[in-house]
Amino acid sequence: MNNLRKQRLEVVLLIIVAGALASGLIIYMLGQNANYFYTPSQIARGEAPEGVFLRAGGMVVEGSLVRDMDSLALEFKVTDGSSVLVVQHTGILPDLFGEGEAAIAAGKVDQNLVLQATEVLAKHDENYMPPEVAESMSEAYLDKRKTAAGIQ
Amino acid sequence: MTVELGHIALIVALCLACIQAVVPMVGSFSGYTNWMRVGHSMAVGQFVFVALSFACLTAAFIQDDFSVAYVANNSNTLLPLQFKISAVWGAHEGSLLLWALILSGWSTAVALCSGKLPLILSARVLSVLGAISVGFALFLLLTSNPFERMLPIPPLEGGDLNPLLQDFGLIVHPPMLYMGYVGFSVPFAFAIAALIGGQFDSAWARWSRPWINVAWVFLTIGISLGSWWAYYELGWGGWWFWDPVENASFMPWLAGTALMHSISATEKRGVFRSWTLLLAILTFSLSLLGTFLVRSGVLTSVHAFASDPERGVFILMFLGIVVGGSLLLFALRGPTMRSATTYSGWSRETMLLINNVFLVSSMAIILIGTLYPLLADVLDMGKISVGPPYFNIFFVPLMSGLMICLGFAGFTRWKNTEGRALLHKGVFPSIVSLVMAVALPMFMVDKLSWSNYSLTAVVTLLLVLWVVTMSLEDLWLKSRGKLSSLSGLSGSYWGMLVAHIGLAVCALGVGLSTAYDAQKDLRMVPGDKTELGGYQFQFVGVERVEGPNFIAYRGNIEVKSSGELIVRLSPEKRNYISDGQVMTEADIDGQLHRDLYVSLGEPLGNQAWAIRFQVKPFVRCIWLGGLLIGLGGLLAALDKRYRRRRLRKGVDESSGGLVFE
Repeated sequence: MNNLRKQRLEVVLLIIVAGALASGLIIYMLGQNANYFYTPSQIARGEAPEGVFLRAGGMVVEGSLVRDMDSLALEFKVTDGSSVLVVQHTGILPDLFGEGEAAIAAGKVDQNLVLQATEVLAKHDENYMPPEVAESMSEAYLDKRKTAAGIQ
Repeated sequence: MTVELGHIALIVALCLACIQAVVPMVGSFSGYTNWMRVGHSMAVGQFVFVALSFACLTAAFIQDDFSVAYVANNSNTLLPLQFKISAVWGAHEGSLLLWALILSGWSTAVALCSGKLPLILSARVLSVLGAISVGFALFLLLTSNPFERMLPIPPLEGGDLNPLLQDFGLIVHPPMLYMGYVGFSVPFAFAIAALIGGQFDSAWARWSRPWINVAWVFLTIGISLGSWWAYYELGWGGWWFWDPVENASFMPWLAGTALMHSISATEKRGVFRSWTLLLAILTFSLSLLGTFLVRSGVLTSVHAFASDPERGVFILMFLGIVVGGSLLLFALRGPTMRSATTYSGWSRETMLLINNVFLVSSMAIILIGTLYPLLADVLDMGKISVGPPYFNIFFVPLMSGLMICLGFAGFTRWKNTEGRALLHKGVFPSIVSLVMAVALPMFMVDKLSWSNYSLTAVVTLLLVLWVVTMSLEDLWLKSRGKLSSLSGLSGSYWGMLVAHIGLAVCALGVGLSTAYDAQKDLRMVPGDKTELGGYQFQFVGVERVEGPNFIAYRGNIEVKSSGELIVRLSPEKRNYISDGQVMTEADIDGQLHRDLYVSLGEPLGNQAWAIRFQVKPFVRCIWLGGLLIGLGGLLAALDKRYRRRRLRKGVDESSGGLVFE
């Protein structure tokens, strides 16, 4: 092999090794930082891993928001129509958080299947429902809402 | 009637765009000079009609014509006039019309400034721009018509503009951003024209360079404004979230920055030719991707496609044609463009190459992180969101590496620079910045201890001071220490210096506000006090006030430093009347070295409120840095040599048609 070819081979090898390292690292970090979405039913069935950062959401159950009188600690329930998930959080709720509206909470599920949320997100505007939540709503729940709207 | 006029004007613009796309291109192949000239007048005509169409939509907003669906969804009789106007580009349809308007504006600018260009080249450039216009006008008319009526029974009152968008920042931010996005269509068109003609020399680079600079300035300012808006208007003090929408604007910026640097090497030395071409294509493709994905809502969910399949399919086809077509053309023609010269060692070419590696890798990392949830959704791997740690862990080291190399920017020479000479120049600045970076964090805190000596601050200061001292040393050497010789330095040089220092200022803001950020969420009743970051905050109370289209609770908070009252902050919780939307309006006391940021949370009963207090040191430097970067780009774009060279070139080119054929 002459010098030029050897040099080129080295460069190509270097690029391949660097590329492999970089893509390996990217895939690993993506895996580490990908937060999966779970429905209340999945968490109730114990499908969500304990102690792993994840997102969960649904409609906030009417009358379920309870606040601590001395701090910013609070608790509320979300539902997908078939199961109910208890969310505990300390902090300020977003502006568009409301009972009967969609919300997503991010945090870890503890051994009592309660979501200890570090962050609560609500929709950005009136008509928007987070797609994850919309999809997780069971047919039964949507029907119930429709009939409720019809009666009104 | 105005609405129909606007609709018709848009259709006429589409027809003109079709002519602009086809006739000059055909002319350029068959050599009909008259056909080639058609593009210029068509571009101007198209601009007039799109502007007319845009004016009609604006009129519909001002007159509260709620029979137009788009107006009814995004405006309201109570909305103040300036927001009625900015509501025109507040949602999908109108923002696409703004895009089309700006595109025709840029095309007109090219048509008017192309006098010095060879006719065949300007004809092809305008034809490519015309083709993009056709795509956008079709998209508007077929899937997102802003002029659609709600007949026979129009609503009496509109749905109102999202309150978050009722703000000065959102009046200016989208047009700025779009000027940048769309501006990159010009270098893209130049690149395609060059590929078609197989003519890609330094002249190409010189013509497209000022366009790139100007588009890049707009994009820089647009992104800074967006971050500034998020900071004060979203109400919770964050300035960058690695949100898909932000990433969509940041990726073209990174690619555009790489393009700006690589094209300088192409112009001066004739190297990186095909790479520069590829970057021009990439930058515009990312701009398109950004516009479409953000506005169509696809980034939050692929189901946005399902909810509106027509738009989705159109977007995919359009992106496919633009990206696929230009890459195919590149694959056919690109490899034939060999670099004319060589370079070695630590030459400026090498440094620019390293710069490009850093910038393009950062862009790729962000692209992967942004599109991964979408891919996972399509492949049914579950609903995923990628958290900020992913972006930070790659982006921060890459940018740090970039800043270390950036220090040497001014010292390197074209062709070859001796490595040892470079290192020699770095000795003094590295000592100065190391000493100061270790020492300064000791004075940033009240009582120094190991726990509050911030390593983040040390690293930030080291990088920032390194860039600044190296830039100043270079300036000192170039001016030989004489003030009088400063005026002899070129606009490009000043542009580089200011932009690089701007980057350092921005990094200073990012690093120090991260290192010394202090935040507290508290439950407070009137009279309660708290202490944060050396300031005392007292909650006095809340009163009810009325705005033009909202009712608000306004908090009253006194801030004291060592017993002395510095400022009263009055954050608001607003309730918009038309649709009952609630919004947090934070109050900020901003100074260069720190921001005091207070936002009112929810009422908790018994006069108690949830309140967030934040002290953010140097956070303002982030946007100040952004402005400096933009200013740098502007200085470079105004460099005299573009005008001078063009004049001289114009003389050559009068007989140069043959050369280009």
